Amino acid sequence: MTAKPEMNAADIAKAVAGGQLSALAATEAALARIKQHDTILNAFTDVTAERARAKARAIDVDIAAGKKVGPLAGVPFAVKNLFDVAGLATRAGSKINRDLAPAKRDATLIERMEAAGAVLVGALNMGEYAYDFTGENVHDGPSRNPHDTTRMSGGSSGGSGSAVGGALVPIALGSDTNGSIRVPSSFCGIFGLKPTYGRLSRARSFPFVASLDHLGPFARSVTDLALAYDVMQGPDADDGACTTRGLEPVTPLLAESISGLRVAIAGGHFQKNVFPEAVEAVGRVAKALGATQVIDVPEASRARAAAYVITTTEGASLHLDRLRQRPNDFDPAVRDRLIAGAMVPAALVDRAQKFRRWYRAQLAEIFRSVDVLIAPATPCTAPKLGQVNFNLDGVELPVRANIGIHTQPISFIGLPVVAVPVPLEPLPIGVQIIAAPWREDVALRVAYALEQMGVAAAPAPRGF
Amino acid sequence: MAAEPLDDYIDAVSKALALPVEDAWRPAVRANLEVSLRLARLVDEFALPDETEPAPIFTA
Repeated sequence: MTAKPEMNAADIAKAVAGGQLSALAATEAALARIKQHDTILNAFTDVTAERARAKARAIDVDIAAGKKVGPLAGVPFAVKNLFDVAGLATRAGSKINRDLAPAKRDATLIERMEAAGAVLVGALNMGEYAYDFTGENVHDGPSRNPHDTTRMSGGSSGGSGSAVGGALVPIALGSDTNGSIRVPSSFCGIFGLKPTYGRLSRARSFPFVASLDHLGPFARSVTDLALAYDVMQGPDADDGACTTRGLEPVTPLLAESISGLRVAIAGGHFQKNVFPEAVEAVGRVAKALGATQVIDVPEASRARAAAYVITTTEGASLHLDRLRQRPNDFDPAVRDRLIAGAMVPAALVDRAQKFRRWYRAQLAEIFRSVDVLIAPATPCTAPKLGQVNFNLDGVELPVRANIGIHTQPISFIGLPVVAVPVPLEPLPIGVQIIAAPWREDVALRVAYALEQMGVAAAPAPRGF
Repeated sequence: MAAEPLDDYIDAVSKALALPVEDAWRPAVRANLEVSLRLARLVDEFALPDETEPAPIFTA
């Protein structure tokens, strides 16, 4: 048996565990696809071929010896280059971090993926220091959209979206502070999970905004997304924000009926500044789920503003020394945003954090009467690379400032979200399936049902 | 006197933080600061009870 590009992680793991496909063959197939297509997609910044082959051979030895292997045995995966990978400098999309000493130990989530049998094949392109929604990078060039390589992959986990959407790997990991998993998922037509804040360990990943940083997986099927999520769960003393809750596996629950779930459409802010394709995608999802109730999420625009303030100030604090010492080595756009962030008065930041608590209580109240909210993941399909403005109802709006307007008010209070791809023509677009804190199971079950109905699907790449 | 209302403030904070702002960057820094302050004002305008705790609470 040979590993085909369209094989999902679950298919690969089953074939490897059953002896029909070797882990090494699955790994070599991924490495060959990366070699063939990444010159165009530019998703990878590092390919860890020798490490991957060694890991794959070890799995094959275990299988030959009759040992039990993990649920992701032989599954190739890659990580946004802000995850520590032993032996690589954790560049986090920057020029400056390339001078760091190579990481001594993998990030916790890589260790957990590999403990389940997955095989790391490389590190992925991203927007500088994750302060980005486009997937463009001035140092490494843009990662490209697998459905149209003249378009954005979305940021900041652009390489993750491009690599999974382009079928170079079935699973990638990324980070989401304001939308950086959900935006690339939307533009690249794949599934992405931003878990509850604190659910998955961030240990040994390069931070951006401690209050808002999350890590999570991307995949082309909900089954794969849940498999990756399940093996990465668990407390971790190395991340002070990581939950002490026990494992709550979702894979066994995916096919449970969703008929009893109460689903509503997020109104107000989430129905403004949207292009027709976002309206169409939300409409299809709502119809499939029988959702007719529209709930106005109170003060969501202000939540987005508060997320912006916390992001720019905590980001500035993180990078203050680098801004002093190496300002010319930043992407100028990132540098100028961070310098401005350092100048925001502290009292206003404190008020943003107080508002965050108030807003959290409002959403908690909403989730007493509904189980799921649906909202656009992005206001539009993938813009052209380098595009500065888009025209909405005759009004010119800046692209960068508006890509994340529907994701920011959700990650602001750490709610779990699955971004599901709706395969519109000519380009896919994502819809957020939002659940109450710690109810990833609900969001993933709904995503799975939408996938079974054919409403959500990752389209095959055709841009290269 | 500075040409733009925020320039004096940028100069003062730049000095206080020992954070360089070269002339070529100033228009972009100013534009970004205007956005940050506009959004911060939107939050500022929203009345909250005095007892409101900020979202992150330190645990000893």
